Amino acid sequence: MQVVVAGAGVAGLCCALELAERGASVQVLERGATLGAQSCSWYAGGMLAPWCELETAEPLVARLGQESLRWWSARIASVARHGTLVVAHGRDEPELARFARRTGQAAPGRYAWLDAEGIAALEPDLAGRFRKALLFNDEGHLEPRAALHSLADRLHQAGVPIRFGVTADSQDTADADHVVDCTGLAARAALADLRGVKGEMLVLRSRDIAFRRPIRVLHPRWPLYLVPRGEDRIMVGATTIESDDVRVTARSVLELLGAAHAVHPALGEADIVEIGAQARPAFPDNLPRLRLRGRTLYVNGLYRHGFLLAPALARMTAQVLLEGKRFAEVMDENSREWRLA
Amino acid sequence: MLELYGKTLSSRLLLGTSRYPSPAILQEAVRTCGAQVVTVSLRRESGAERSGQAFWSLVRDLDVAVLPNTAGCHTVKEAVTTAHMAREVFGTPWIKLEVTGDDELLQPDVFGLVEAARILCAEGFEVFPYTTEDLGVAHRLLEAGCRVLMPWGAPIGSGRGLANPWALCALRTRFADVPLIVDAGLGVPSHAATAMELGCDGVLLNTAVAQAGDPVKMAGAFARAVEAGRMAYLAGPMEPRDLAVPSTPTLGKAFLA
Repeated sequence: MQVVVAGAGVAGLCCALELAERGASVQVLERGATLGAQSCSWYAGGMLAPWCELETAEPLVARLGQESLRWWSARIASVARHGTLVVAHGRDEPELARFARRTGQAAPGRYAWLDAEGIAALEPDLAGRFRKALLFNDEGHLEPRAALHSLADRLHQAGVPIRFGVTADSQDTADADHVVDCTGLAARAALADLRGVKGEMLVLRSRDIAFRRPIRVLHPRWPLYLVPRGEDRIMVGATTIESDDVRVTARSVLELLGAAHAVHPALGEADIVEIGAQARPAFPDNLPRLRLRGRTLYVNGLYRHGFLLAPALARMTAQVLLEGKRFAEVMDENSREWRLA
Repeated sequence: MLELYGKTLSSRLLLGTSRYPSPAILQEAVRTCGAQVVTVSLRRESGAERSGQAFWSLVRDLDVAVLPNTAGCHTVKEAVTTAHMAREVFGTPWIKLEVTGDDELLQPDVFGLVEAARILCAEGFEVFPYTTEDLGVAHRLLEAGCRVLMPWGAPIGSGRGLANPWALCALRTRFADVPLIVDAGLGVPSHAATAMELGCDGVLLNTAVAQAGDPVKMAGAFARAVEAGRMAYLAGPMEPRDLAVPSTPTLGKAFLA
């Protein structure tokens, strides 16, 4: 089977790899000139945190996320499995209880409460900063850009070409049996209910402090996460704004850095290495979709969960195209015709 | 029926649109509680540009009145400019006027509020001022041309309920003919019921629903509380007494004085 995958973000690369590993003849087309340059995966946090996401996400996200966590751990050597630490400043501690209740109802037993001593033992640079925390021990994180390159290397080894500067509507798809469209917001002409949700992020370099695992700081107004990136770098994210522009506003940077500074004043001395923004593709319920229309399968709406969902959706994609399977939980358009059949 | 600037509403619950798990859940929450007015914040979601359109079209699908607000404005000038943008984007003269005076508790700057209200009312806006329970400020807002008052229950998003019920009673008594909408600070449906029992004309909330474990269910709970509170107010609650009074007549029992 000949498959063209459009889009070399995390969804496209995972789909290409799953299809190639199952014997399909695959090529990847990417409109950008280089890997990641035009994809929102490039600006992702890279947290593999299926249980923490239950704070706001549906159980489906956690279920697919657990599968993806195993997938990444099996394929990418650099996936770190040190868990996620969730903290809140003293007067925001009700947020911690709310987070525990929300995530605990859907997935009991996934976290442990830590006191100040426990926090300091895990993250020495947070000693004395917080009194209470939740540790989600089974979660992990990866460096998104390294992971994209690592997927590209695997595809290269599997003989899958990635062609840059080529869009999906080109003639290159003419001979394909199927087109897997993973172009995110660029597919909006076909997927009318898709919208963009802006996320702004920064990368800092600090020689003073370091973390071993993602730190989520709960706050009623300015929630924040800090993800270690290696080489003294810390990713600071991310805003969630109903807008598909990718301007970075002064206010967002001010809020993110203000919240980071409150975690540890040493972050005030850090270098700003990068400021970036992305518009995440999302459907109205913020859940992902596979929509099969003719020979094109759209894989879209991964929202804030690109790395967390892509491998599971890629597995489904391969099963839809190669085995004729249908997955009602993500195939809203096709499940009706499937039931009729 | 509640009348706000000439618009008649059967629902006395006004709902905010931010911080829901997803727009789909927001839509379901609005439909479940039957709110006929939703507030939207202009500054953050850049509705003025094409960029936020997808979200707006989901709000427009609800077919309810949109009450844009000036949340996040700290000066009269910002608030007035935001109101102008809102009128253009949403095509409504309604504006929920917020001028923040304190960043920690998001308390209104009542001086700036009165000044901005005066400017906007003169320009033909229909202003819903987010204010404290202060009677002096209320007088000034009405003089400025406001025909609705939106006193707070407690600081925005705090979920603390009515911090000063007595002051709300005083407002009610003093301004018997002005619609009073308790805005902000409600956490659970009983808070809304209490506000309605005191004679307030409606409540506006956001966080209590959006951040609930099940926002749709909580929206329904608030709708019932608001209705219950209103009915209770109209029914005329009994006065609290110090003496226990048996509710069943004790027939045949000797009365020992």
